[in-house]
Amino acid sequence: MSAVTIIRSKTEQAILALFAKHKDQLQGQGSFGSQRAKAFASFEQTGLPHRRIEAWHYTDLRSLLREAPPLAAKPASHVVQRAAEKNWSTDQIDATRLMLVNGFYDESISSFTMPQGVKVTDVYKALSDPSSKNFHDHIGQATQSSDPLIELNTAFMNGGVVIEIASGTKLDKPLELRCLVEGIDPVSMHARILVIAGDDTEFTLIESHQGPDALSYQVNNVVELFLGNNAHVHHVRLNQSGNYAVDLSTLAAVVGAETSFNTFHMVNKPGIARHQVFVKMQGEGAHLSVNGVNMLNGTQHADTTLAIDHAAPACTSRELFKTILDAQATGVFQGKIMVKQIAQKTDGKMMSQAVLLSDDAKMNNKPELEIFADDVVCGHGATCGALDEDLLFYLMARGLPKAEAEALMLAAFAGEAIETVENEDLRAILEAVVGDWLGQRAHHVE
Amino acid sequence: MLEIKNLHVAIEDKKILNGLTLTVNDGEVAAIMGPNGSGKSTLSYVIAGKPDYDILDGEILLNGVNVLDMEAHERAAAGLFLAFQYPLEIPGVTTMTFLKSAMNAQRKSRGEDELPVAEFMKRVKAASDRLGIAQDMLRRGLNVGFSGGEKKRMEILQMALLEPQFCILDETDSGLDIDALKIVSEGVNVLRDSKRSFLVITHYQRLLNYFVPDTVHVMAHGQVVKTGGKELALELEASGYADYKTLAA
Repeated sequence: MSAVTIIRSKTEQAILALFAKHKDQLQGQGSFGSQRAKAFASFEQTGLPHRRIEAWHYTDLRSLLREAPPLAAKPASHVVQRAAEKNWSTDQIDATRLMLVNGFYDESISSFTMPQGVKVTDVYKALSDPSSKNFHDHIGQATQSSDPLIELNTAFMNGGVVIEIASGTKLDKPLELRCLVEGIDPVSMHARILVIAGDDTEFTLIESHQGPDALSYQVNNVVELFLGNNAHVHHVRLNQSGNYAVDLSTLAAVVGAETSFNTFHMVNKPGIARHQVFVKMQGEGAHLSVNGVNMLNGTQHADTTLAIDHAAPACTSRELFKTILDAQATGVFQGKIMVKQIAQKTDGKMMSQAVLLSDDAKMNNKPELEIFADDVVCGHGATCGALDEDLLFYLMARGLPKAEAEALMLAAFAGEAIETVENEDLRAILEAVVGDWLGQRAHHVE
Repeated sequence: MLEIKNLHVAIEDKKILNGLTLTVNDGEVAAIMGPNGSGKSTLSYVIAGKPDYDILDGEILLNGVNVLDMEAHERAAAGLFLAFQYPLEIPGVTTMTFLKSAMNAQRKSRGEDELPVAEFMKRVKAASDRLGIAQDMLRRGLNVGFSGGEKKRMEILQMALLEPQFCILDETDSGLDIDALKIVSEGVNVLRDSKRSFLVITHYQRLLNYFVPDTVHVMAHGQVVKTGGKELALELEASGYADYKTLAA
C-alpha cells in the first residue's frame, strides 16, 4: 500500500518551513511544546482551508493566501517607541490600555496601573512559566473544534496577554487592547488573548487593530473569553488593519448563567479579513448579542462567520450584521445557530443585511439553524440589494446631491447595528468611522 | 414662472405625456385635475427630476432656465419642491437630521453659509407648531410609523422650511380626513405670496375649497385639454371626467 501524497500549495510549504525553523525557538518548549506539535500536526493534515471545506467555501484561504511572511519577532525598543506615538480612533476614550506590538504585549507603553481586580500576564512569559496556572488551564478551552486558524495560532503563538478579572469586579473605565503592527517588512503574527472573568463582573473590552498601509502582513489572532455567571460584558472590535493586510481573527467565548455578552465588530480597511465568532452558551438564562458592520471597497474580501451554540436552557441570542459593498468587494456572512436538546426555551434571531453599491460587488449570505430541542423560537433572515432608488430620489428632490443622499441612507443602514453598542462614546467613534468611510467614498464618486 | 412647452414623455416605451403645454405665473396657484392615468403624477415627477422617465421632446423652464438639464437636487436648489403623494419612510434618519441636511445642502449649492443651529431650531419650532407637529415626532425616523395625515403634514413642514419658489402638491389631499385637510391647507395658504407659485394635483374639488386656485387645468391623455378659472373645478365635480376621457383621443 502506498502512502497518499498530499499536494501542498507554495504557501503551505512555506508555513511548514516556518514551523520547522521556529518550533525550537518559540517560548514554552517543555510543557507547551507538545500542544504546539499536536496543533501543527493537525494543520499539516488539513492544510489551508479551501473552497471544498464547507465552512470555507466562500473564503478560500488556499488561493487567497499567496505567501507566508516570516514570523514577527519581539519588537526592538525603537519600534516600541514609534508604537507609543500612534494616533487611534479611540484616543478620546478614557480607558485602561494594554498594548500589543506585532503580537507581543508591551508593558512599558501600556497603562501604568491596572484597576483593582484586574491582573495582566504576558503570554510570552506565561508560555514557559508553569506557575502561570490560569493560562495553562484555560488555553484552548473556549473552543472544542479543530479550527485551522486556531490550530495555526496554537502552533505559532509566541505572545499575547492574559487578562484575569476577579469575581465581583465592576470596571468603570473600559479596558482597551490595542494591537498594532509596526514595521516596513511583511510579517505574520499569531497572538493569543485570554480573558478570564469571574462571576458578577461588569466590564467593556475594546479591541483596536491598526497597521501600515501597502504592507502585506498577516494577523491570525485568537481571543478566548471565559465569562462566569451573572456577568455583564461588552466587547467592541474595531479592525482598521492596513489596506494590504490579511486579518484573520477568532473570538471564542464561553458564557455562564444569567450573563449578558454583547460583542460588536467593525471592518473597514484590511484587504482580506475573516472574523470568526464561536460562542458557547453554557449557563442557563444567558443573553448574547453579536453584531457588526463591514464596509468594503476596491477588491476587499471580508468574511464574518458565527457559530452560536445554545448548550443550556432559556438563553437568548441576537445577531445583526450589516455589510456595505462597493467596487469589486466581496462579503461573506455565515451564521449558524445550534440548539442542543437540553436548550429548551431558546430564543435566537439572526439577520444579515447587505447593500451592494456596484454591479461587481458580491455578497454571500449563509444563515443556518440546527435545532435539537422542541420548545424554541429561532429565526434567521438575509437580505441583499441595491439602495432604494425611490428613497434616493426623495432625498435628492429635497436638495441632497446623490453622494450625500447615499451617505445619509448608508449611515442609517449601518447605524441600526451600531445602536446595539451600549457605550455612547464608542457609538460616536464607530459612527465617525462610518462617516469617514462614506466621505472617502463620496470623494471617489465625485 | 414655470413654462412647460410641448412636453413628450415615455416610461418603458409607454407614452404618458403627449405634447403638454402649461404656464404657471409667479404667485399663481394652478390646479391640475383629471382622471386616473391621465399623466398627472408623471408630470409632477418629471418636473422634480425623477430619473425613470424618457424625455422625448419639449422643455420645462423655471424662470427661463431649462430644468430638464439638471439633476433632482439641482432643481431643488433652484427652487422646485414636490410634496409627494406617498412620502417615503427613512428608518434611522431622524426628521431633524433630514431637515438640517436638506436645508444646508440647498444653501450650500446656492453658495450660502450653513444655517446656525439656534436659527434652524427656531424655524423648525415655528413651522411645526403651525402644522400641529409634536416635537417628539421630529426626533423619530422620518415618516417611520407616521399616519397618512402626519406624513402629509411632514411634507408641508419641509416645504415651509425649504422656502421653494415653485411647489408641486401631488394629491396632498389623498388619505386626509377633513380636519387634517384643513390643517394642511392652512399650512399651505400661509406660504402663498406674490413670488411663490403652486401646481396642485388633485382628483377632487374638496381641497380647492380650502386652497383656492387661480386657474384650473384639466388633463387627459397626457395633455391639458381645458383651462378655466376656479369654477371649472366645481363643474368637474358635478359632471365627472367622462367627457374628457374621449376628448383628446
